[in-house]
Amino acid sequence: MNHALILPILLPLLSGALLLFAARLNLVHQRLLSCLATWASLPLAGYLLWQADSGQLYSYALGDWPAPFGIALLLDRLAALMLLVTALLASVAVFYACRGDDQRGANFHALFQFQLLGINGAFLTADLFNLFVFFEILLIASYALLLHGAGAARVRAGLHYVVLNLLGSSFFLIAVGVLYGICGTLNMADLARQVAQATPDQQPLLAAAGLLLLLVFGLKAAVLPLYFWLPRAYAAASAPVAALFAVMTKVGFYAILRVYTLLFGSAAGALEGLGHAWLWPMALLTLLLAAVGALAARSLGVLLGYLVLVSVGTLLAGLAMGHVEALSASLYYLLHSTWLAGGLFLLADLIARQRGDKAGELQQGPAILQGRLLGGLFFLAAIAVAGLPPFSGFLGKLLLLQATPAAQALWLWPLLLLASLLVLVALSRAGSTLFWRTARDVHGRAEVDGGRTLACVLLLSCSPVLVLLAGPVLAYCEATARQLLDLAPYLALVSGGRT
Amino acid sequence: MEALYAITLGLLTACGVYLLLRARTFAVVLGLTLISYAVNLFLFAMGRLKSGAAAVIGQSSEYADPLPQALVLTAIVIGFAMTAFVVVLALRSLAEQGNDHVDGEEPRP
Repeated sequence: MNHALILPILLPLLSGALLLFAARLNLVHQRLLSCLATWASLPLAGYLLWQADSGQLYSYALGDWPAPFGIALLLDRLAALMLLVTALLASVAVFYACRGDDQRGANFHALFQFQLLGINGAFLTADLFNLFVFFEILLIASYALLLHGAGAARVRAGLHYVVLNLLGSSFFLIAVGVLYGICGTLNMADLARQVAQATPDQQPLLAAAGLLLLLVFGLKAAVLPLYFWLPRAYAAASAPVAALFAVMTKVGFYAILRVYTLLFGSAAGALEGLGHAWLWPMALLTLLLAAVGALAARSLGVLLGYLVLVSVGTLLAGLAMGHVEALSASLYYLLHSTWLAGGLFLLADLIARQRGDKAGELQQGPAILQGRLLGGLFFLAAIAVAGLPPFSGFLGKLLLLQATPAAQALWLWPLLLLASLLVLVALSRAGSTLFWRTARDVHGRAEVDGGRTLACVLLLSCSPVLVLLAGPVLAYCEATARQLLDLAPYLALVSGGRT
Repeated sequence: MEALYAITLGLLTACGVYLLLRARTFAVVLGLTLISYAVNLFLFAMGRLKSGAAAVIGQSSEYADPLPQALVLTAIVIGFAMTAFVVVLALRSLAEQGNDHVDGEEPRP
């Protein structure tokens, strides 16, 4: 058994627990511990990615109980990729937080580590109930992080977020209960086998459970009727938290991808492709309304929140098409959109810190002290996120458009291009307001911090790097998509334990 | 027994949803609690309803499925923690905004 598999869970768990004990310790030691633990996850994720790239599935049986009976962890290409996305984002976010945002309230670093524990666990688990548990861990950490250094806006946005997610958890449990009641198992690969063998009178119940799961994951991923909490919550959170939250919607996307390729995938018989009829219109409408929302946003934070939603819509469109090319384009776009959204949230904070009381409001304000540097960064990031060449957003969208079959292209092409145009208009309007329509003088308390700028540049530079390394990255994404759609190795994982 | 159980769950959920839609933080917390009770009972029933059956093989002629019981225990603990959190958050919201509406402001009449 490969024990490296459980390290992405153990590492933040232990460092988070240590940080709780070390709450009385001075901040320098807390920061050191938190940074080291987060940065250590980066080579670890790289190692796991290298392992997973062999194409083999690595299963880790906790307590050495064989797969369908014990709780198992599973590492495949997708899980490894998501771990790497999280590790990179978190490494930069924690560095940014160490430049001062962690002082606004107690226990920032412990909460940050627990958040990573929940996210990594959700990516690695092969058990539906454990997915629920890790979801709850990441949620309760995210509630606390969202409210960290609370103000009235954060409490208000936080209340919506908490109540909605608590209700979502209840739905999740109902779905898990129904699935267990019918299939008698919670291991996802084993569930896939049982779903395939379901009798006709069990199928409607299984379909209900599957669609309940879609509802729950849709809430996490923030698709159309369930996204109204997101823009305000992300705009209210502090910058490093918002940057880390860029991966949270992707956890929902990951869960949809996992459940709908494995449980209700090609092996599911009559239930094959369950939910795809819903995913497609939901994805397109999310895309369109999020772009309109971006156009209507009155502050930079809300605008970025809507950009996250645009990326969710794009990703889900790829998922709804469901074939290898579309999925691999979606995965490439996921890398781009997560890192770039994180970078943009950091950049928005850098800008807000030089505008005094105006902060992120899109109104005429004081001139920006580092106008050239931040303006240049904003310009490049806007090009990348709107999907103009030569950056990764262009490549991702192009791949997705090319992968669209003719019948669906009629819908996706105009909508995706229109959404990109609306995003471009929204961003250029925001940019010209922030950098050109300003007063002559800079604000007296404008903050300049080299460390923060460095963190922001690091995340934003992922976009050109993704273009330069497009060949190997795309090859990996395509291998991931192929692995996801070939269910035989997953089902073979549990065939030993059952008769 | 099944019918009584199902009616109880339905009633609990209906009350929970009604309270949730009241949009006042205290009612919302109560609603969430009722729903989580209903969900816990539902999860428990997924091991099938039996009386007089131990969860250990060999202790009685029939045995109950121990796994849903373990799941319920986990769900109760998590639900308890979440309820505590949302109560504190509701109080904080009341203190910061001066009213108990979930939107932080009274709806316009």
